[in-house]
Amino acid sequence: MTAQTIIQSLASGLLMGLLYGLIAVGLALIFGLMDVVNFAHGEFLMIAMYATFFLFAFFAIDPLLSAPLVAAALFVFGAVVYLLIVRFAVRAKANAGMVQIFSTFGLAIVMRGLAQYFFTPDYRSVTHSWLGGKTVSIGGIFLPEPQLIGAAVAIAAFGGLYFFINRTDFGRALEATREDAGAVALVGIDKNRVFALGWGLGAALVGLAGAIMSIFFYIYPDVGASFALIAYVTVALGGFGSVFGAFAGGIIVGLVEATTALLLPPSLKAVGIYAVYLLVVFVRPRGLFGSM
Amino acid sequence: MDTDFARSRRRDLIVAFVLAAIAAVVPLFVKDVYVQNIMVLTLMWGALSQSWNILSGYCGQISLGHALYFGIGAYTTALLFTKFGVLPWFGMIGGGLISAVIAMGLGYPCFRLRGHYFVIATIVIAEIGLLLFHNWDWAGAALGIDIPVRGDSWLKFQFTRSKLPYFYFALALACVAWFVTWWLEDSKWGYWWRAVKDNPEAAESLGVVVFNSKMGAAAVSAFLVAVGGSFYAQFVSYIDPESVMGFQFSLLMALPAVLGGIGTLWGPLLGAVILIPVTELTRSFIGGSGRGVDLIVYGGLIIAISLARPQGLVGLFTPKRKEAAR
Repeated sequence: MTAQTIIQSLASGLLMGLLYGLIAVGLALIFGLMDVVNFAHGEFLMIAMYATFFLFAFFAIDPLLSAPLVAAALFVFGAVVYLLIVRFAVRAKANAGMVQIFSTFGLAIVMRGLAQYFFTPDYRSVTHSWLGGKTVSIGGIFLPEPQLIGAAVAIAAFGGLYFFINRTDFGRALEATREDAGAVALVGIDKNRVFALGWGLGAALVGLAGAIMSIFFYIYPDVGASFALIAYVTVALGGFGSVFGAFAGGIIVGLVEATTALLLPPSLKAVGIYAVYLLVVFVRPRGLFGSM
Repeated sequence: MDTDFARSRRRDLIVAFVLAAIAAVVPLFVKDVYVQNIMVLTLMWGALSQSWNILSGYCGQISLGHALYFGIGAYTTALLFTKFGVLPWFGMIGGGLISAVIAMGLGYPCFRLRGHYFVIATIVIAEIGLLLFHNWDWAGAALGIDIPVRGDSWLKFQFTRSKLPYFYFALALACVAWFVTWWLEDSKWGYWWRAVKDNPEAAESLGVVVFNSKMGAAAVSAFLVAVGGSFYAQFVSYIDPESVMGFQFSLLMALPAVLGGIGTLWGPLLGAVILIPVTELTRSFIGGSGRGVDLIVYGGLIIAISLARPQGLVGLFTPKRKEAAR
């Protein structure tokens, strides 16, 4: 194992980690806002990937161009999911936690079923995109262009989110609602509207990630399941409720995954991520940056 | 003194005897193998969910990683039988004990975690187990283990001619899981668990050893689930990591209890009686197309029940019982 290989895989791990952060941040945002874990988060990613694929297949729109469209579509979808399902789940008087888990899990199963029904279980891929398969070489380190752009998009998205939460009225309403949903009603903020917008924003972020992912990943109805667990671990590692914990969590997960892949057989690479999660929460039961 | 609670507990016991007796004669009239198969699965999932309910329902420690214990039970039995010729009965007890010990070993660090951190820890631990079995060549790795047929007897716990013995074992397992829950509900442990679930700090201050009671719940729950796993291995006679330790199994174990009524005596069985036949029937009648309609129906049912009856379906049938259990 040369220094070259190590740097190579750490660099790829870092890029992938930034994307993991982008996938997970929507989950962290929604949790921070209303203490709900969306168990259909992976399926949100899945439909974003399909949306990108079909925009490409039917209208020849490159994933880079369709990414904003997909994010916008996911925004609407997320808000609708809140209004139709989650709004009622959080009202449950009994077993609130389990009702949230299983109503969103039920949604995940329905979405997978719908994807199988309409799109068939076949594996799809976006062929001949602008970036697909291209790499750049920096000092002998080869970096795939889709992942590079993905990492740049992730950094930009986190920057935008930071600005959004701290500098806009809606961002402040979001912060206020997460602090005390009862009190914001008194100053005339509609709690349901903020929650719906929060779900929309969370879904839009995973939509952005899905559009980028579709450049270099196969697309099939169960694709979300493989990323959902990584997203939960990413969020928990950073600390539930901490949006920027998801950013740090993503980078850690990406680097740990790359390191594990160097040391263990490839099929065991996820073990490293899970082991690091356990180690972190055993030492810090609220994750690295968890506040509550 | 005959309290309402004591009376309702006695009534539960009588109802359980009657239901078990009715269940025992049903397969004498229902000869259809397909239907018998559904009945076996219903009882098995009912028993598994009942066992899951001890840790996650009564004690409030939501585990979505019980597939680990199910898989360990299945693998212990299958490995002992195929590699060393040990009878499945010993594998069943052995798998149960190993699972109980592992549950306590894992509980030691995990029970300090709260809420979603605990849930995710249970998921990733089961995933690690799954990946390890995937890469464990001696245990068949990803190909799994084919359990050879060595006879048709209760001694070898293999039945080739009829599904009835499996049915009666599954019925017995469901009865045992139910009875253990019934018995624990009114024991010191049962009260401790509910106290731990409602408010661990208050329970601790009143002298409940919170940590030990979580460990006890984990051990009982894991033991029973592993016995279910052993049974499943014999029943399907082929296991691989995905089919006994996949994340789906952890969710399937939780679902009947959640839909029927988490932390209630009858919830898991009621949930299984509704959920499993619906799942199996939709799978065979509309799922055959492979187009996911069964998933849509199944997922829709989960959403509908969890939103419409967050406290579970059990309240629809025994309104008084719920009050008594409080």
